[in-house]
Amino acid sequence: MTGVRFWREFDTRYRMLASKCPICGFVYFPPRDVCRKCRRASVGRMQRVPLSRRGRVLTHTVVHQAQTGFEDQVPYVLAIVEFEGGVTVVGQVVDCDECDVSIGMEVKPVFRRIREEGDAGVIHYGYKFAPACFPVCATDAPWGAGKGGEGDGGAG
Amino acid sequence: MRDVAIVGAGMTQFGELWERSLQDIGLESGMLALMDAGLETEDIDALFLGNMSAGRFISQEHIGALIADHSGLADRGVPATRVEAGGASGGLALRQGYLAVASGMHDVVMVGGAEKMTDVSDQEAEETTSMAADQEWEVFFGATLASLYALMARRHMHLHGTTPEQLAAVAVKNHAHGAANPKAQFRSKVTIADVLAATRVSEPLGVLDCAPLSDGGAAVVLTTVDRALELGKRPVVVRGSGQASDTLALHDRWDLTVQRATRLASERALKQAGMSLGDVDVAEVNDAFTIAEVIALEDLGLAKAGEGGRCAPEGRTALGGELPVNTSGGLKARGAPPGATGIAQVVELYDQLLGRARGRQVEGARVGLAHNLGGTGATATVHVLEVVR
Amino acid sequence: MGSMDVGFLSYGIWIPRHRIAAEEIARVWGRDGAAMSAGLGVHSKSVPSVDEDVVTMSVEAADMALRRAHIPPTDIGAVYVGSESHPYAVKPTATVVAEAIGATPDLMAADFEFACKAGTAAFQTCMGLVRAGMVKVGLAIGADTSQGAPGDALEYAASAGAGAYLIGSGDGVIARIDHTLSYTTDTPDFWRREGQAYPSHGGRFTGVPAYFKHVVTTGKKMMERAGTTPEDYDHVVLHQPNGKFPVRAAKMLGFTPEKVERGLLCPRIGNTYSAAVPLGLASVLDRAAPGERVLVVSYGSGAGSDAFDITVTDAMAAYARPPDDLVETRIAYHKFIDYATYAKFRGKIAMGRG
Repeated sequence: MTGVRFWREFDTRYRMLASKCPICGFVYFPPRDVCRKCRRASVGRMQRVPLSRRGRVLTHTVVHQAQTGFEDQVPYVLAIVEFEGGVTVVGQVVDCDECDVSIGMEVKPVFRRIREEGDAGVIHYGYKFAPACFPVCATDAPWGAGKGGEGDGGAG
Repeated sequence: MRDVAIVGAGMTQFGELWERSLQDIGLESGMLALMDAGLETEDIDALFLGNMSAGRFISQEHIGALIADHSGLADRGVPATRVEAGGASGGLALRQGYLAVASGMHDVVMVGGAEKMTDVSDQEAEETTSMAADQEWEVFFGATLASLYALMARRHMHLHGTTPEQLAAVAVKNHAHGAANPKAQFRSKVTIADVLAATRVSEPLGVLDCAPLSDGGAAVVLTTVDRALELGKRPVVVRGSGQASDTLALHDRWDLTVQRATRLASERALKQAGMSLGDVDVAEVNDAFTIAEVIALEDLGLAKAGEGGRCAPEGRTALGGELPVNTSGGLKARGAPPGATGIAQVVELYDQLLGRARGRQVEGARVGLAHNLGGTGATATVHVLEVVR
Repeated sequence: MGSMDVGFLSYGIWIPRHRIAAEEIARVWGRDGAAMSAGLGVHSKSVPSVDEDVVTMSVEAADMALRRAHIPPTDIGAVYVGSESHPYAVKPTATVVAEAIGATPDLMAADFEFACKAGTAAFQTCMGLVRAGMVKVGLAIGADTSQGAPGDALEYAASAGAGAYLIGSGDGVIARIDHTLSYTTDTPDFWRREGQAYPSHGGRFTGVPAYFKHVVTTGKKMMERAGTTPEDYDHVVLHQPNGKFPVRAAKMLGFTPEKVERGLLCPRIGNTYSAAVPLGLASVLDRAAPGERVLVVSYGSGAGSDAFDITVTDAMAAYARPPDDLVETRIAYHKFIDYATYAKFRGKIAMGRG
């Protein structure tokens, strides 16, 4: 049944749409129907705006004792990421080693599978964060240093 | 508003109480408090009970009725109310009981807190505690309560240079205190090295930085000061009661290393009491995680912003120090059944103020402060108690 | 073809970060790793994380394509995702992709299946819709998190990835598709029955009567149709179930080895199934200059091939291809894992949970 609850929020969970108060300009994510500063004056007036695609890690932790449903991801990294305008969001950091996550690091949202309601249930998708740029790894590839590989498959 | 006093207090053993049900726990703590007060069941006008999640732990809601029933209060139709605010459920119950007497609505009120966590698996119990955080925007992405406090800890370390050793010192202190508390879940001491080497839960926090899963119940009896004197008691007066809220999710806080609800609740309680922190002789403070006590000390004003980590290593908050904090052992060593914690804190302060805290007495303690927190800080209660000589 | 230039407006890719070496797979199953690797022409393959699937990879690839196209998502009139590992048997990947990129609700959508050529089948459908004037822009995606049975030959190459292409017409076309044709037969070379975890295959039957027959025949038919010879093309991108077949097929078609190289990714990331040709083509387009001509022939077991005669237009010069978005960058951003971790990620461990 929680499939319905999250279906209501696809524009937030899939596309990271935030809400903005037209009176004070403050941006909220997840979106709010009432501005925390302007309160009643903002009711019915909040606007939908996209969150910027780049954020910085404010704090992070490596989780060893998993939340239910995340056991197969241990250890996983959670971070609070700050976006333009001071919007702060919590989420996992993926596609990098735990040791490489640092305060101040630039990240971008990526679309990932978050949880599922059992083998027969709905799959919940949403956002996680990944390093904003792709540093080329110190290679441990079997084909040798650098980008390599060109021509290897053609042999024989 | 009438002056309200505590006239009796009691608590069960805290720990893994395999042979006791929630009903047993609620009943035992209530009866101990009643007997300590020298009153009868018939004297109780109302029951307020703090309980976080009996629905998840024992598949039972309607807890006020459950405990009223098992204690004989239901047969007299006594109003029974269960209140909830995560780990602050006990503090909330105390406030509701206090308001009931202060307002004149009721004269003698039983306030209890109880939780039975061990009838479900550890994983289910931890999942349930994380329901005090934001389910949709924190837990949904894999957050646990420990991981959220870990995020606070890392930020605190980044901004203020707080070290893992300073956090560990909180656990060491509270275990040392708990060793003298016969009702504590853990009576064993731990060292800094133990805490640093413990299995990681969510970095930088390890198992010994985190309060345990616990069963337990605690209760106090409240009445008017006049009635207390009639009963021949030394009234421990509730001089101030403060409560405050904040955003549910950690990432919505204006400052990740400040729990504003604590600041507001303590300002309100101390103002009502006409006191300042300097008047407080002994305190029970939220230490669900070692970093929580560090942050709480800053928010209560014992330490300047960013300097909370120094208190335990410098001995300021140990027995014999400037302001002994968590002489009971705190959530860490005494145990932390979410519904019961807030009341257990008050039971400790009651014993301290009456000079009954054998083995861990703060000499001449006259004023006590209880700080109870829910989730990552969305609800805080602070109560200031003073014994009338 | 008519007066309308139909082709690609933009493209996007996704290659998961993890890799497993063919030698590591061989080690676990007691085979000679070096020999397996050399024999298949596969050194390593990409492995999706537990939180990745065809939906997530398709969204990321589509997102990249949209980002570089500078067109609003609401211009997309159709979304088709081709895969043999859609997360749902019933509930199209295309609906989640459309929602995630903001293209809903006014569009056509469906999922395709045709083994490894479901993605290129989607290309053709979008081309037809654009040419017919039924949509302004179509989004065609090939994506897979393919599985091979543990220890089976297919396990060495079955990998994961996604390639997304926005198809339209007019001045924005960066690579024009001048011809497309397909060759389809009922051939039992590789299949998976409903409910089965892993596919089955016909061993050596998958070679000459299946892959080579379809790829080479289709390549020849395309050159007949277009009136071309191998010399007219700068690159040839063929389906790549291993590192050897496409090289041999290209040779059979008369192409010199260096023309296969740019689009040959299998040796490093394995066979990404429905993404194999889309990613191979992306690798070519990443570095293609206006005027370059590419012959593309996909292959899907069951069986069939789709061929495309593609010419890069002048508009490619202005098309943004930043380093972070390149196939080579994504291949280079990797982390090797062992077989146990791979088995955990791919759900190959019996968990014993209720």
